[in-house]
Amino acid sequence: MAKTLAYGLLIFLSALFVAPFLWTLITAVKTEAELTAFPPVFWPETWHWENFGIAWTKLPFNTFLMNSVIVVVLSTIGQLFSSSLVAFGFARFRFPGRDLIFIVLLASMMIPWDVKMIPLYMQFNFLGWINTLKPLIVPAWFGEAFFIFLLRQYIMTIPMEIDEAARMDGANAWQIYSRIHLPLMMPALVLVGTFHFMNAWNDYLGPLIFLNDQTKYTLTLGLSLFKGLHEQDTISIAAVTIILCLPPLVLFFVAQRYIMDGSIGSSVKG
Amino acid sequence: MADVRSSRRRRSGPGLAPWLFISPWIFGFVVFTAGPLAFSLYMSFFDWPIVGEREFVGIDNYLTMVMEDPQFWESLWITTKFALLFVPFNIVLSFLMAMLLNLGLKGTGVFRTAFYLPSVISGVALVTIWSWIYSSRYGLLNYLLGLTGIEGPNWLGDPSFAVVAIVIASLWGLGGTMLILLSGLQAIPKELYEAARISGVPGWAQTLFITLPMLGPMLLFAIITSIISAFQQLTIALLLTKGGPLGSTYFFAMYIYDNAFKYFDMGYAAAMSWIMFALVLAMSLLVLKSSAAWVHYEGEVKGKDGANG
Repeated sequence: MAKTLAYGLLIFLSALFVAPFLWTLITAVKTEAELTAFPPVFWPETWHWENFGIAWTKLPFNTFLMNSVIVVVLSTIGQLFSSSLVAFGFARFRFPGRDLIFIVLLASMMIPWDVKMIPLYMQFNFLGWINTLKPLIVPAWFGEAFFIFLLRQYIMTIPMEIDEAARMDGANAWQIYSRIHLPLMMPALVLVGTFHFMNAWNDYLGPLIFLNDQTKYTLTLGLSLFKGLHEQDTISIAAVTIILCLPPLVLFFVAQRYIMDGSIGSSVKG
Repeated sequence: MADVRSSRRRRSGPGLAPWLFISPWIFGFVVFTAGPLAFSLYMSFFDWPIVGEREFVGIDNYLTMVMEDPQFWESLWITTKFALLFVPFNIVLSFLMAMLLNLGLKGTGVFRTAFYLPSVISGVALVTIWSWIYSSRYGLLNYLLGLTGIEGPNWLGDPSFAVVAIVIASLWGLGGTMLILLSGLQAIPKELYEAARISGVPGWAQTLFITLPMLGPMLLFAIITSIISAFQQLTIALLLTKGGPLGSTYFFAMYIYDNAFKYFDMGYAAAMSWIMFALVLAMSLLVLKSSAAWVHYEGEVKGKDGANG
């Protein structure tokens, strides 16, 4: 009895969380007539997959895609490299002021982005970076507090004996980091890479503030521009929305076991 | 012997290496966080147009805000209203869903994935999807409500429903909070429940006196991050309602954004952003302080005192 109730609830809630996706997908493959039909069409007569191609060419989405890919790839590489490096530094060395600096790092996660937004804009303006992709890429190369924290927690679970053995064999700190810890950290790096990818791919405010020339737009800006220009073109907007959702979804399914195994939670406790 | 010891000491001393490892973050923190932070505080004491002369005005920006700017109070109230709705729902729903997933039923993995799925996409795509669901004409939501005989409101066009609409759209992304609570639930030792069952403690009491107190640290983390994200809410409102209708979803963060990038009043915007920072910090500290009464870190279970919070 209780079990049936639990299943009922689980199914109902899952439907609530998944239905909007399916609705968008169905909208994307409809015809104009089916779109405005009432009652709504839940299963289109034929699925018009060509809608995706048509929508894509209405605005320079190839350019937007290219910009998004550049930002996401370059910033993810930087994020993985820097965050793991810094995490190793905090996890494996004792040095004066370490704990204090680490507290500052944790506290920095609490600073609202709004406070930094204006001076960052002026700073990037001063550097001549406005309307380039640099503001969206370069900061990632200096690591992000949350990811550093997560990776540090992970490194702490790796036995110190491994480091000591390597040191006995004459390895220096860089070699211990790059040859031993980086490979061992793989699961945590997949997690960090996935999270950073999703953040960078979905980011709207950063591109909105730092870019103003259409040729520099990322996909998120492209979609919002598209919404503004073709407000009535629901089918095309749905198609582009689905395309925009695809990479994070694919990545999510690939990285699922790392995201779902509770590593996020266990790193929070520490 | 002495030689060996000194050479060992030399080798084991940390020297420059740790600083080299953490230097990217230190540099990034100074250039992209601390520097901008200090600069924004400095700016907040100026009348600072984006072009032209800037003028030192002391605390005038703060005074104007508090004494003469009804929009400041209005947007602050809208943001507070949003947070008061969003935070409790986000925590309670995440908790209930995590509890459901923690029952160990078959197929849990599929349900867990379904709940987390919307968190994977966000921003523009999420907002686009919700703008159809809420649409008063072809909207899915009002159609479904219509089937049950309820006439749905004009969600995004009616000031009394717009904030609620944004809350619901935001709650769709509760998967992250849910995962955190779920991993907390899974870390609670099963023996506690067994002992309780043997002593005849009913299920609801187990939840109240074992689960909630043991989950304390995770709940605390979830509440604080929810508050922070509620107060920074901008993307969804910016795209879904653009602040309307009638300014009913004109969030605090949106007013900061407009002051900076629409009215080019950088000093005023900077002052407002510091008010937001102070508020978020104060609330987080308040929650943290109050948590002493209901969070237990040593895995020890207290009686009533612990569960009341």
